[in-house]
Amino acid sequence: MGPVALPELSAVYWRPRLDVRSLVRAGRLWTLSTVAQVVPFVGFAIFLAVAAPVTLPVSLIALVHAWMIPELYAARGAGVVRPRPGTVDAAESRALGMLADLIDRRAYELHQRSGLVLERGALGVWLIAQAGAVLIRPGGRRVHCYCVAVRERDLPGPDRVAHLLLALRCDEAGFATVANLAFSGAAWRLRRRLPKRARVGLDAGLGLARSR
Amino acid sequence: MVMSRLIRMDRTGHTTVAEWNAGDPDTVAEAVAAFEAELEQGYYAVVSRGEGRAEQVRELPLEEPLVILRQPIVGG
Repeated sequence: MGPVALPELSAVYWRPRLDVRSLVRAGRLWTLSTVAQVVPFVGFAIFLAVAAPVTLPVSLIALVHAWMIPELYAARGAGVVRPRPGTVDAAESRALGMLADLIDRRAYELHQRSGLVLERGALGVWLIAQAGAVLIRPGGRRVHCYCVAVRERDLPGPDRVAHLLLALRCDEAGFATVANLAFSGAAWRLRRRLPKRARVGLDAGLGLARSR
Repeated sequence: MVMSRLIRMDRTGHTTVAEWNAGDPDTVAEAVAAFEAELEQGYYAVVSRGEGRAEQVRELPLEEPLVILRQPIVGG
């Protein structure tokens, strides 16, 4: 029996199936778009400072805007690993047992510390959260943050992770095609915006991605 | 006798939908019916294929010890 493409792809039929080339292109486009938004503010700040030094405060405000734009994008990317409200304890515990059956001991321990499941893929190292995933590209410099989840809101947290993990394992490229890109950029920029707990997962993922 | 299990990931953590033994036609028939009913409800069936790999199945694989039902995912 051959591998089956993720059936959810039919819901996003207009998107070309993601591959390494399109992933690299998406990253470059993201950077280009960010630069296009930042440069006018920097240019405006320099112009004001040179043309009329008395407007220096306005120049500084423009520079702050320029600094804020990539930071806001990174914060949006960090949002994909934010845990969702929990359900009843018994369900969480059962779901955690199920998730533990799907991953190895090291991945389980990391999940306990960070709330993220680390998974090696062909595109890079994945960190799976309850309503999103972070893909760390080989080398560990660039990350792609994806918003992706199951629709049902009442699922226990570990179950939401397990749903995403199984879909990823069935069809990695299909998974990344279905998911919505929330941020693409430098790993260090994302790291600063992550909750402390999630940074543990990112650091483990970065270590692995750098060794590939 | 080791029974295979069909598990649905749901709000209770997980629910065992059916158990069967490949050598027992009665349990197999019940499991196949339950499997098809879940697929009609919109679930997808997945079988683990070792480290980092899984496969979606459209028919109940009778020899597998565990078949997991997952819900569709959507971009957020």
